[in-house]
Amino acid sequence: MSDAKPLGGRILTPTFLVCLLVIGVAGYYTYKRFLLGIGAVANLNDGFPWGLWISYDVVVGSAFACGGYVMALMVYVFNGGRFHPLVRPALLASMFGYSLAGVSVLVDIGRYFNVYNLYLPWQINLHSVMLEVALCITTYVFVMWLEFAPAFVEKWKLTKFGAVLDKVVFVLIALGVLLPTMHQSSLGTMMLMAGYKLSPLWHTSTLPLLFLFTALFMGFAMVIFEGTLSGRVYRLEDETHLLAKIGKIIAYLIGVYLILRLQNIFVRGAMPEAFSGSFLGYMFLLENALLLGGMFILAYPGYRHSPRLLFIAAVLVLCGGALFRFNTYIIGYNPGTGWKYFPSIGEQMITYGLIALEIAGYMLFVKFFPVFSAGHKSAAPIPVKE
Amino acid sequence: MKMKRRDLLKGMVGGLALAVLDAPGTSEARTIQALPPEALGILYDSTLCVGCNACMAACKEANHMPVESGSAEQIWDNPVDLSAKTLNIIKKYENGTAATKDVATDGYAFIKRQCLHCVDPSCVTACPVSALTKDKENGIVSYDKDVCIGCRYCQIACPYHIPKFEWDVAYPEIVKCQLCSHLIEQGGISACCSVCPTGASLFGRVEDLIEEARRRLQMTPGKTYAFPVSSMDSGKTHSFTAPKYIRHIYGQEELGGTQVMYLSAVPFENFGLDAFPKESFVSMSSGIQYAIYKGMVYPLVVLAALMFMVKKNKHGETPDANLPAPRQDQALLTQRGEDNE
Repeated sequence: MSDAKPLGGRILTPTFLVCLLVIGVAGYYTYKRFLLGIGAVANLNDGFPWGLWISYDVVVGSAFACGGYVMALMVYVFNGGRFHPLVRPALLASMFGYSLAGVSVLVDIGRYFNVYNLYLPWQINLHSVMLEVALCITTYVFVMWLEFAPAFVEKWKLTKFGAVLDKVVFVLIALGVLLPTMHQSSLGTMMLMAGYKLSPLWHTSTLPLLFLFTALFMGFAMVIFEGTLSGRVYRLEDETHLLAKIGKIIAYLIGVYLILRLQNIFVRGAMPEAFSGSFLGYMFLLENALLLGGMFILAYPGYRHSPRLLFIAAVLVLCGGALFRFNTYIIGYNPGTGWKYFPSIGEQMITYGLIALEIAGYMLFVKFFPVFSAGHKSAAPIPVKE
Repeated sequence: MKMKRRDLLKGMVGGLALAVLDAPGTSEARTIQALPPEALGILYDSTLCVGCNACMAACKEANHMPVESGSAEQIWDNPVDLSAKTLNIIKKYENGTAATKDVATDGYAFIKRQCLHCVDPSCVTACPVSALTKDKENGIVSYDKDVCIGCRYCQIACPYHIPKFEWDVAYPEIVKCQLCSHLIEQGGISACCSVCPTGASLFGRVEDLIEEARRRLQMTPGKTYAFPVSSMDSGKTHSFTAPKYIRHIYGQEELGGTQVMYLSAVPFENFGLDAFPKESFVSMSSGIQYAIYKGMVYPLVVLAALMFMVKKNKHGETPDANLPAPRQDQALLTQRGEDNE
């Protein structure tokens, strides 16, 4: 049993109501999309068959939802028991992030009634990277709900189910580390197939590894981001000391990542393109400058122990990682036949709706279910400083 | 048995190393696709095409495709590019005064765009549910709407921008040329070739078409030769003076080769046909996938190791009922201590 407790409190906060409003607007556009087709809502076209929905909801969104993955990796594989209080909140956010990525895919794909074919052994194509990503993500969503299930067990006192769960939970956690490692790297492999359509600044056979790295440091950065925000909003005990440790890990990860990234660009002779003054060149520089900025702050103990700077660094890392993924999936993608793409209002609203749904769901869950170990402020008999 | 963390890390590093390895070593894990034995295709000779668009009309009729018109009345079929309503299109290259046919400068030329039916098709590899398949005998790449989930990865993957999507339909399909396989089944040939009056679109076995293309490349420009019409074995021929061909059969080797090939007197880049390497992008990405996921050995090994680690660590850290209570507090206390770096 964990020492986590439901936070309780008012449900209909102003933030929650704003979220509901956004969800409502998104609902309207989703209805329109299913009634009239994707083209009626989105600016997607034959040149840009993938847009905001795939690039944000799935590719960037799932990296934002890697908090659960990296915390499980830290706590259960690298035996970082002291990070344990951060696991459940991170897992909850990941669970929502991934579940809604799954939902968003159903909005994006055209022939959603055929989706069961992904699970028919005689129909699947084992050569397809997309298949691997799809199977991994769906399995992972189930795994996460089960991983999170102890919170339901504690809430509703499901002792029998809890006992069974307790016996197999190590399998779930292990899967919860393996599956994201697989599909996060495969999200990179996926764009190798785009060939010449993807700018050489992003088209490299190292994409799988780069995607895995971004998943890792974006996952950690999200733990800091969420930890700081929920600490403020729900007035939890200050966790800066733990979050700063995570910041240090991020700094190392980005260090290795940037060496890989720049060395790769250099070896393939794409460096002149980066400094050519072209739009894509600037996007490349911006993406790496953001990461470099985040790494710089996190590299110094003095900076990373300041909650404000730590938070800013996490935001920089999240933006840099997200930009890398946007660049790979849309901005650096050029079908070369005069096609243009910028997400329409309706397309954007559906994405905002999903984000709002995530926030609202998270707010509901932390009030109803034992998520935060807020208790250890009062429950643990430790003399708090002063 | 004692599994050390170091071993696990080694395993993980090994897996990562595999993920980073550049193509040469890993792509061999996958057999490169070869031309099917009875491969069928089209040889399009730009110099023979007069731009009559008969093939476009025949294609629409044979495949029951709607008229696509720029005008409100929707009388004329005049698509500007391939689309969800157009599987085959004749496009025109123009330069300067556009006075002379088949000349790059101040000239014009025609090009036929349609699915090239790749030998190693990206779309088939990309499709997660095998909605796109390549026939083992005749090599035709066909589409099954009853399986397709509409993910559009085929559109991302196709280097020739061929598959199109019905954006304005509530339950859309992917649309592309299937070489009139429904006519071929009944002993016929692709509609575009059967109506082509000059033999610019020529249907046949790919091996015969390559042979024919090579014959044309050896012709002396200006001399008159017989050119087969409709299909290689139709027996019909036309006489034309041989043009000055670009000495390249587009599609014979591009990205592993295609079953629809082009001959032209104008450089292929002018038609927007990229100069591709011989190795397909498919072998690059699936080489990496194969190396890591072959037989699921690596993932399962890593999973086993992870389960072991998790089980061990979880027991060590859970504040179990049978653990003495103070231990936890102490742990928290020491943790406090170390945190002030």
